[in-house]
Amino acid sequence: MANETKRNLLDFSLWIAGLLAGMVLLAHEAMAGGSLATPPNAAWKAECESCHIAYPPQLLPAQAWRRMMSQLDRHFGADASVEAAAAAEITAYLERHAGTGKRVAGAGSSLRITETPWFVREHDEVALKNAARCAACHTLAEQGDFSERNIRLPR
Amino acid sequence: MVLAVLAAASFPVLAQAPVPSPQRGEMFFKSTHGNDWSCASCHTENPLAPGKHVKTGKAIAPLAPAANPRRFTDAAAVEKWFRRNCNDVLGRACTAQEKGDVTQYLMSLK
Repeated sequence: MANETKRNLLDFSLWIAGLLAGMVLLAHEAMAGGSLATPPNAAWKAECESCHIAYPPQLLPAQAWRRMMSQLDRHFGADASVEAAAAAEITAYLERHAGTGKRVAGAGSSLRITETPWFVREHDEVALKNAARCAACHTLAEQGDFSERNIRLPR
Repeated sequence: MVLAVLAAASFPVLAQAPVPSPQRGEMFFKSTHGNDWSCASCHTENPLAPGKHVKTGKAIAPLAPAANPRRFTDAAAVEKWFRRNCNDVLGRACTAQEKGDVTQYLMSLK
């Protein structure tokens, strides 16, 4: 009887430990990137994707997106201006899904996702050839899937 | 002769001889215009082939209608891209003649 109680207790603690480990993994995946999918927005996708993937809104804070959208005619060295109506819609969408907290902490005035401390930390073990091309390694980046299991490093 | 000069003087539009030229368009397309990029930087020297954004590496579908029938079918899209890309390549808007030349050049490719 005492032995059985002990075993049940052991089973239970193993189960709890497994659960905790799973939660830690999930939390890590979520913080690392994991799914950065947002509800689809046709204007956002079409306009951003005509030159690069539509980078996930969560990767910059709202005020950075607002500033970027206000100077699209000088967008990292290129004119990416859009019609006023589309610009307003895209700005609202980016603001609604913009990043908060640790992931965008320290996002500087350069407005570059690749210069946020979070991005630098996440990529400190790889040599990025062209940091604008998420999909070169994150094979499902276009769908907002940045999970570790879908990374394939080119050789 | 006198009549032609008179006409050109009274109607400056005629003086510009806005007949599109595919040869001029090709030169324009493949040259830089004071900035780092030419049209060909992203669209390549062969507009029948797919291009690649020189900075982001994003694939660009061919620009010549013979290779990509959807090109030049949406006037708003055409104007949007001329606006953006002329600003990148020339640092100003393209003239009607420049746009006409380039369009003629792209449509002449088979």
